Amino acid sequence: MSTDATTQAASTTGSDEAAVRRAISSTPRPPQAGALSAALTFGWRGMLKVKHVPEQLVDVTITPVMLIVLFTYLFGGAIAGSTAEYLDYILPGILVMSVLLTTVYSGIALNTDLTTGVVDRFRSLPVWRPAPLVGSLLGDSVRYLIAGTVIIVLGVIMGYRPAAGAGGMLLALALVVVFAFALSWVFTTIGLVMRSPNAVMMTGFVAIFPLTFLSNVFVDPTTLPGPLEAFVNVNPISTLATASRGLMEGHAVAGDIAVVLAVAAGLTVVFAPLTTRLYGKG
Amino acid sequence: MTTASSLAIEATGLVKAFGETRAVDGVDLTVRTGSVYGVLGPNGAGKTTVIRMLATLISPDAGTARVLGHDIVDDAHAVRRAVTLTGQLASVDQDLTGRENLILLGRLLGLGRRAAKDRADELLAAFGLSEAAGRLVKHYSGGMRRRLDVAASIVVTPELMFLDEPTTGLDPRSRNQVWSIVRALVAEGTTILLCTQYLEEADQLADGIAVIDNGRVIAEGTPAQLKASVGSAALHVRLLDPEQRPEAERVLRLTLGPVTLEPDPAALSATCPHADRGAEAVAQLARSGVRIAGFSLGQPSLDEVFLALTGHPAEAPPPEQGSSIEEKQAV
Repeated sequence: MSTDATTQAASTTGSDEAAVRRAISSTPRPPQAGALSAALTFGWRGMLKVKHVPEQLVDVTITPVMLIVLFTYLFGGAIAGSTAEYLDYILPGILVMSVLLTTVYSGIALNTDLTTGVVDRFRSLPVWRPAPLVGSLLGDSVRYLIAGTVIIVLGVIMGYRPAAGAGGMLLALALVVVFAFALSWVFTTIGLVMRSPNAVMMTGFVAIFPLTFLSNVFVDPTTLPGPLEAFVNVNPISTLATASRGLMEGHAVAGDIAVVLAVAAGLTVVFAPLTTRLYGKG
Repeated sequence: MTTASSLAIEATGLVKAFGETRAVDGVDLTVRTGSVYGVLGPNGAGKTTVIRMLATLISPDAGTARVLGHDIVDDAHAVRRAVTLTGQLASVDQDLTGRENLILLGRLLGLGRRAAKDRADELLAAFGLSEAAGRLVKHYSGGMRRRLDVAASIVVTPELMFLDEPTTGLDPRSRNQVWSIVRALVAEGTTILLCTQYLEEADQLADGIAVIDNGRVIAEGTPAQLKASVGSAALHVRLLDPEQRPEAERVLRLTLGPVTLEPDPAALSATCPHADRGAEAVAQLARSGVRIAGFSLGQPSLDEVFLALTGHPAEAPPPEQGSSIEEKQAV
């Protein structure tokens, strides 16, 4: 160390200049991180956020949890004849609602990164450009699985025993998570164009709540007035709920699953490139 | 280009418009390798936009630039390999701990798991953040966050660092810490492009300065040249007895030159090119029997620099300058 460094070190209290100089001079430039490694690192970041900010997950799971308890015990008997029968009907729907609400968080997280400036740092790194987006999908998948598992476990505690058993529940969860991945691109796009994380949250909830209520998640659409019933029947959330019920009860219709996967593919084809473009433009 | 090895930044005619506003309107910059180059200007002058173009975050509408020999548009990835960003435009993840932030960047820059952890711990120790290593960054103080920000920028030692207003909003102690870190970086050979609103900061750190206003470079030179162009510093004198002001004015005019009578009836000032001439003038005042309550040698402020160079004060940019637009884009 030069004398210059040692004399100035005494003047800095919070950081030691000699140590800073050692730290600066000690690094040879490593080889570039590969695309997969970079994406996995961003995935690790997403999981750390689930760990450090669990309240965000609680925020989005508390509503479906309240709804399932309230609807089952309060309206279950009136709607379906008995609470047990209504639980059979509502649980797959609430699973859908819970996981889809969690997708809004993908947009909120991206918007938070934008507004805090951390995106600028990521974009200035020599890494595969879509790595932050692909990596965040990994963190998101953990969140979707947690949100879905909470509902299934709660259902089982409340007495839910579907015909297809654990296997059926896992298949339904998998289908919902696949759809959630596709929907999350819509919210990442919204996250890149909105001004604040709160605005993204409002937009997301304002979109998902009506779409969930105007589906077959809570009630059998045949009891609805004609135009409403028509809307409910074309709402993809209805199809997703029907397919999930089918998988859990062991009588899934391949057509429903195909429709769900087709809508998911459509959303991804439109919104994934849009998100990537907006993210790249900065 | 034969000069490529000795020039870290060569920008010609950079232009960037946001809607109707030309945030950057034909900027040329030449920065030698290993130097600290200051870009000085008020909010909304276009400093951040210049940095964002050079750091490949946005592409210029016109003009070209080479950073460390790489074209910022055609060879953006090579630029990113060698540069790093710190300051108001780059940040750290507030929902992670300080240590996690550094490990994250180490891994993204190609360090192995073990190496990234060791590097994080080394940097945390060097920057006085070991105790806060496991705390979430959102609970850090402003000074700690800025130190972490700088640490995050040197996880792998950069060849060139963009520092955007590194000390804005920091207390004097934190500011001195950041300055000493910058000096350490320069001593180790990193080239620095420093954007600042403070003449003092540019004066402390930079070898060369470009003053930028309305998206254009309006003056360029060493800190000394720049200050000289403003008419240099002023000697401010306060008298014990306002009655003596005419006598003091006479003495100062003879020893220094033009004298300004300040609103305070006991105060006056004179332009003062050198500190020793000022000392002489104060001694002359004492010999003439003028009783002095206090005196000071003022550095020209950024305001004065701006007033001298542009004819308008730095703090109140004309509305068409569009500072709000630039800030929005910076987000």
